[in-house]
Amino acid sequence: MAFPDSLILSADGTGSHPRFALLRRLLRRPSALCGLVLMAAILAMAVLAHPLYPDDPLDMVAAPFLHPGTDAAFPLGSDMLGRDLAAGIFHGARISLLIGVVAALVSLVIGIGIGALSGYYGGRIDAGLMRLTELFQTIPPFLFSLAIVAILQPSIATITGAIGITAWPGLARLVRAEVLKLRHSELVEASISLGASDARIILLHILPNVLAPIVVSASILVASAILSESSLAFLGLGDPNVVSWGGMVGAGREVIRTDWYVATIPGIAILAAVLALNLLGDGLNDALNRKGQRR
Amino acid sequence: MSLLDVKNLSISFATPRGRLAAVRDLSFSLKAGETLALVGESGCGKSLTALALLGLLEPPAVMEGNGIFLEGRNLLTLDEPTLRSLRGSRIAMIFQEPMTALNPVLTVGEQIMEVITEHEGGGRRAARARAVALMEKVRIPDAERRFAEYPHRLSGGLRQRVMIAMALACSPAVLIADEPTTALDVTIQAQILDLIGTLKRENGTAVLFITHDLGLVGQHADRVMVMYAGRVVEERTAADLFADPLHPYTRGLIAARPGLGGSGRRERLMEIPGTVPGLGAMPVGCAFSPRCAFADDLCRSTVPTSIDQAGGRIACHHSEGIHDREPAIRRIGNS
Amino acid sequence: MRRYLRRSLWQIGIVVLGIATINFFLLHLAPGDAAEVMAGESGAATAEYMAALRQQFGIDQPLYLQFLRYVGHLLTLDLGYSFREGMPVAELMRQRLPATLLLMGSSTALAVSLGCVLGFMAARRAGKIADTVISTLALLFYATPVFWVGVMLVMVFSVALDWLPIGGMTSIEAGYRGWALAGDVARHLVLPAVTLGLFYLAIYTRLVRASMLEVYHLDFVRTARAKGVRPWRIATRHVLRNALLPVVTTLGVQLSSILGGAVLVETVFSWPGLGRLAFEALFHRDLALLLGILFCSSLVVVFVNLAVDLIYTLLDPRIELS
Repeated sequence: MAFPDSLILSADGTGSHPRFALLRRLLRRPSALCGLVLMAAILAMAVLAHPLYPDDPLDMVAAPFLHPGTDAAFPLGSDMLGRDLAAGIFHGARISLLIGVVAALVSLVIGIGIGALSGYYGGRIDAGLMRLTELFQTIPPFLFSLAIVAILQPSIATITGAIGITAWPGLARLVRAEVLKLRHSELVEASISLGASDARIILLHILPNVLAPIVVSASILVASAILSESSLAFLGLGDPNVVSWGGMVGAGREVIRTDWYVATIPGIAILAAVLALNLLGDGLNDALNRKGQRR
Repeated sequence: MSLLDVKNLSISFATPRGRLAAVRDLSFSLKAGETLALVGESGCGKSLTALALLGLLEPPAVMEGNGIFLEGRNLLTLDEPTLRSLRGSRIAMIFQEPMTALNPVLTVGEQIMEVITEHEGGGRRAARARAVALMEKVRIPDAERRFAEYPHRLSGGLRQRVMIAMALACSPAVLIADEPTTALDVTIQAQILDLIGTLKRENGTAVLFITHDLGLVGQHADRVMVMYAGRVVEERTAADLFADPLHPYTRGLIAARPGLGGSGRRERLMEIPGTVPGLGAMPVGCAFSPRCAFADDLCRSTVPTSIDQAGGRIACHHSEGIHDREPAIRRIGNS
Repeated sequence: MRRYLRRSLWQIGIVVLGIATINFFLLHLAPGDAAEVMAGESGAATAEYMAALRQQFGIDQPLYLQFLRYVGHLLTLDLGYSFREGMPVAELMRQRLPATLLLMGSSTALAVSLGCVLGFMAARRAGKIADTVISTLALLFYATPVFWVGVMLVMVFSVALDWLPIGGMTSIEAGYRGWALAGDVARHLVLPAVTLGLFYLAIYTRLVRASMLEVYHLDFVRTARAKGVRPWRIATRHVLRNALLPVVTTLGVQLSSILGGAVLVETVFSWPGLGRLAFEALFHRDLALLLGILFCSSLVVVFVNLAVDLIYTLLDPRIELS
């Protein structure tokens, strides 16, 4: 249904600061609100991990196989080695977020860089960079990360790098398409005629205008990086010196016949983190994208 | 007998800040074999009216009024299944963009057949034969072969002929043509309009011809309604309207129209100053008053009602004395 | 068509070369020379074998010659030798391939068919309760780690309820044959296929729903309404048919991620396929095997994407191979 522009403008909270308008639109959607609350909770766990559990979460501190709720000091119980599951969950939040965010940043830098150069310059540069993107899209990303981590030995740095370097092709294509749209806009043409440098045009005029889709994909990138990290850890490719939710599920898997909660609880934590980021991404997408407002 | 009678139809958008009226108090009737043109700038409510007549408005657009009578049945009181059975069979529509109005993954023949099978049932073979006959009737050359063609393989003119064949498949009483030629070349334009005219005469169809192009109206319409910001400001026979337009807006439109004479020398175009007001920013009085050379305090405070005048209806406080004020519009137009 | 095939071959060439480069690069990143890496860290490789490996890689030669040699091996599908398994890598993979194809085929079939149905239902009732339920479930499964779903399903259906086998592909001790064997494999297949399928089911449900809602806004749907076509027919014939086009494209893109999911699922369920093989290679640091699997998986992705292109041209008359 065609909607007169004047109507959209007048119905859309004019007169207030656009950034707050975005936040309001975000909060109006129950699913996005859920995402924000969940995310805040996980952030809080990450921040509180050290103050609440100053000791190494990999230490044995309790009797093994303490079921949740049986000992007030260990609300989530302990695993087969007597490690406190609650401490593991809190510290795991730190590791998951750290790896998730940094890996997403790596992907963002590569993806935006390649996408912007490709879309802006076109021609041979575009053809070459897109070939590279296709190549990276062809290699199964998880297998690729797996091989990199296996060869380099697992550590936080190699895991983060391996995830970041395999997750960017989709973003690069997206950025390229958006930049292509803007490349011949009046704003950009005018800047070129005024003699602005390419770098200046890309950084000041083009990228700010493609921020909306980038923000949305950033939250999804963090979510899938957390999933990849936990999957690697589940297969035994986690950093052996730190606790990881995926690794906890992997360990708990050995005892599912007798002690269900050891594998179940960390899985719920992963689910919550990934869900929160996806809800946020969906919410941002709707809030930033006017089209999503009409049904 | 009139085939279509519209009584006080209003269309508005329901927004969080209340209703925004897009079409106000529209009334007209349409007789068999008659072509009524609805003319106005884009955004004046023409296309919304067309969708409303088919019962195809979607939220947040809502309509109300005293009735839309199609062959005596009030569409406003019918349920959706009944409305559906009338759409395409008793009242049909041709859309503006033949490029996007056809389904890209179905052959044009299938899309014509669909109208027949949906409304009249019957065997596929019979429907197919009728679809081919319809394609011949709208003068698509080589119809049998084109039947199996996908829309993107046809030219814009042929695609619009397919749309016409679809619209006329069940011999509807009323045909709505919403800017049927806007997307086409000028030469094709004339062919398509002639075709609609011929088919109308053959079948006694009533045609509501929606356009922004006053130039097409003179040759192809019997009566004209000029719409501005959701209201009909002047309704006359086509001959009267062009001979002696009485509403200042109509006068402005006619003055702004490129010359019809094919002499090559174009008359100087006169533009109406200003722009159409947005739905949320309607003036208190006459919607045209901010752009009107004749506007006075009365115009700026009171909405003019539609009165019978000069064999038609005009909604203007000053239409009766418009000839005395002629020099004013000249002066402004040339400044 | 011929031009299309020529371009495709050209693309395959580039991809093969690219993957070979990446693999070669990875090998040289690893500590120790390529022969040591390839032999694995078991320390059990004999001196002769190491010498043979060094010879094969041409360790004493300059890097570019080593690279050319490596590409040459790959082009002849000589993927190296797994010392651990005592078998050529290509042969090992050939043995494991059918199990993986069975798993991926059944989970993809499940995900696509059910995903289309659920996405269709959600789009038809957009904004209503059915849509909310379907969309919420889809989002939930989309966010759930595949390996955890596997562990949970085993816990419920194998350990607690004892309805389905806990892992493997057949009950070897039972010695089934013929139809009994097929039934036995099917019983073993249920949990892994569902585990792998659920995530992709979520993806296709979301995709079909979003795609249909988008198509509902297009002009030709309005035309169909104006023609008086029944809503069900509009949904199936006009909207769904057009909405399925992006689904086909995604099918090709998803394949490269479904291969990654297979590693996790096959590990959880001890399914004797390529994914499990990759995990074993990982576990034993059998890099020749791991990189061989990576190389072949990429090749499979290329070929499937070519097939998807072909299917697309059949579904969308506007696209012609060029």
